[in-house]
Amino acid sequence: MDWNAFLDGFAVVTEPTNLLYCLIGVLIGMLIGVLPGLGPAATMAILLPIAYNAGDPVSAIIMLAGIYYGAQYGGTITSVLLRIPGEASSVVTVFDGFALAKQGKAGTALGIAAIGSFVGATISIIGLTFLGPVIAGYALDFGDPEYAALALLGVLLVATVGNGHMVKALVAAAVGLLLATVGADSFTSANRFTFDTLQLQGGIDFVVVAMGLFGVGEILYNLEERHGKIHVPAAIANIWPSRKDLKEAGPAIGRGSVIGFFLGVLPGGGAVMASLAAYAAEKRVAKDPSRFGRGAIEGVAGPESANNAAATSSFIPLLTIGIPANASMAMLFAALLVVGVTPGPQLIDENPELFWGVINSMYIGNLILLVLSIPLVGIFVKILRVRPAILAPITALITILGVYTINNSVFDIFLMIGFGILGYLMKKTGFEPGPLVLAFVLGSLMESSFRRSMLIFDGDPTGFVTRPISGTILAFLLLVLLLPLLRRVLRRRVTETIEPDHHDEKAELR
Amino acid sequence: MSERDTRTGEPDILAELQAEVAQDLADERPPVGGPAYQVVAALVVLAFGVGAAVLAHGYGLGSLRRPGPGLWPFVVSILVAVLGVVLLVIGRRLDDAEKFTRASFLVLAGGATFVGLGILMPTIGFEIPAVLLGIVWLRFLGGETWRSTIVVSIATTAAFYLLFLYALKIPLPHLF
Repeated sequence: MDWNAFLDGFAVVTEPTNLLYCLIGVLIGMLIGVLPGLGPAATMAILLPIAYNAGDPVSAIIMLAGIYYGAQYGGTITSVLLRIPGEASSVVTVFDGFALAKQGKAGTALGIAAIGSFVGATISIIGLTFLGPVIAGYALDFGDPEYAALALLGVLLVATVGNGHMVKALVAAAVGLLLATVGADSFTSANRFTFDTLQLQGGIDFVVVAMGLFGVGEILYNLEERHGKIHVPAAIANIWPSRKDLKEAGPAIGRGSVIGFFLGVLPGGGAVMASLAAYAAEKRVAKDPSRFGRGAIEGVAGPESANNAAATSSFIPLLTIGIPANASMAMLFAALLVVGVTPGPQLIDENPELFWGVINSMYIGNLILLVLSIPLVGIFVKILRVRPAILAPITALITILGVYTINNSVFDIFLMIGFGILGYLMKKTGFEPGPLVLAFVLGSLMESSFRRSMLIFDGDPTGFVTRPISGTILAFLLLVLLLPLLRRVLRRRVTETIEPDHHDEKAELR
Repeated sequence: MSERDTRTGEPDILAELQAEVAQDLADERPPVGGPAYQVVAALVVLAFGVGAAVLAHGYGLGSLRRPGPGLWPFVVSILVAVLGVVLLVIGRRLDDAEKFTRASFLVLAGGATFVGLGILMPTIGFEIPAVLLGIVWLRFLGGETWRSTIVVSIATTAAFYLLFLYALKIPLPHLF
């Protein structure tokens, strides 16, 4: 590992502007984590225009990254105090967190969650620091066939492992791939799906799609959902956990961090799955599992450590291979493209100040978050009193004005509104917009590496299977596709009579 | 995770947990849309796939050795169409669609204000349309009082004016 580059990264982070952007990022992240409604991916989408307008690209990326991991901290607060998960990844924290709050131990739950989050994230960043360069080194050998296979795997995993019905997720992903082909073909410069309009010739801007589907779509959806009731939480006291609490939660924090780190690296995994797995693991190793759901501190410590560890380690595939592992990482992928950086294994050598600047900003960002969420938690609790109706027009205006600033184009505004309506309708009919956006990002990479591979293979598609790395990736891909079918067959055979299929319940777990 | 499920003989805690959470979330969900929603969605997907396939075919498929500009979009469109058919077959049983309710008109109104801002901004600048959008969203869609409506809309617009035109120096179309 190149220690000089690593230390230079700290020099980048400690520049006052970058520190400021880091602080703003984690603050926004924590805020949207506390407020139900907008998730981190939507917020990052809405704020993507900042990448065009910020003076220094590194600051913009640091800020957007901060939003993502900051949201993991904020989501805990509403889970514990109000029984409303601010973020999907804090859903399981609700069980024991709210139970603890009812016993008057809300402060303890929040304190342990904050410490667990910090430890989980920091362990994950250390892993990222050491593993990142190693993985990037391997990935340098990847050629076009490997990239075609990897992109396909990334899209498929997000579609299959993610929430929602698998076929619907695949539809969304395929539509995303198709939308990515709009515009002049990069090989033959033939116009595709442009309908003779000049505006579509350059292709659809990714940022516009993301802002529409995630940003506008979610704003419109929330307008109808009306999380309008204001909940006023009780005052919390004694946020510092006692030594006994810490001793009880310690092993859970450790286990959660490890589980989260590994699940976060997998495409499609990420924070939501990690927190569920960690909760299940805690329940399994506990001497008395019946305590869970009635205020077991491990039930808060495990999942909260895991979701932060996973949020952090999901940066690994993006920064080292150039494949985003989830929708929020796709936003970061887009932001990197916007500032003129192609994410991939060459990133660490060609842009060391960006690579290490972003990674090291996470050490600092998590420290800031720890401070924000222990001594200053009271302030964030007060924010819960702000009515969502007041925030809605502000986010709407940020979105419209922001998308206009990208190209000074009114056409972009209407395109974004179009995608916003599509996003709303997708949500209403059970299609997740996440796979669409992710496939859209990876679409042109996938097509061009597929076509170049076909040229290398001289038209023989078996070349994908015979090359060792792409062959392995494709085998893994097949496994991923067949696994759910296999499981369903097995489960049906075992529990023919009583048990209903859990598959649809997972769909609702958003 | 699946390995763990099969390895331990005990009931699948994770699945149990998911059911529990799903139940919790289901309590807050709007009414479920019926099979008609699913069928319409599947038909839209199917039509989209077929339409795109026809267009892509027209761009020239080329051969596997020398892929034309239409080959990749054609393959993907066919995939979309096939998945549309699958949805048509299995979709009827799904319950993941939400019914359109009276509240859906709020969305329509909200979308209309977006369009309105897009039309008005290039001609009369962003300030007046932004204040109007704020009023509609706060007062009529959000049910705020007139006082907070006026204060928040004007303050927000003023803040954006300062942020975009002075702090970020981005030339938004503006009246003043």
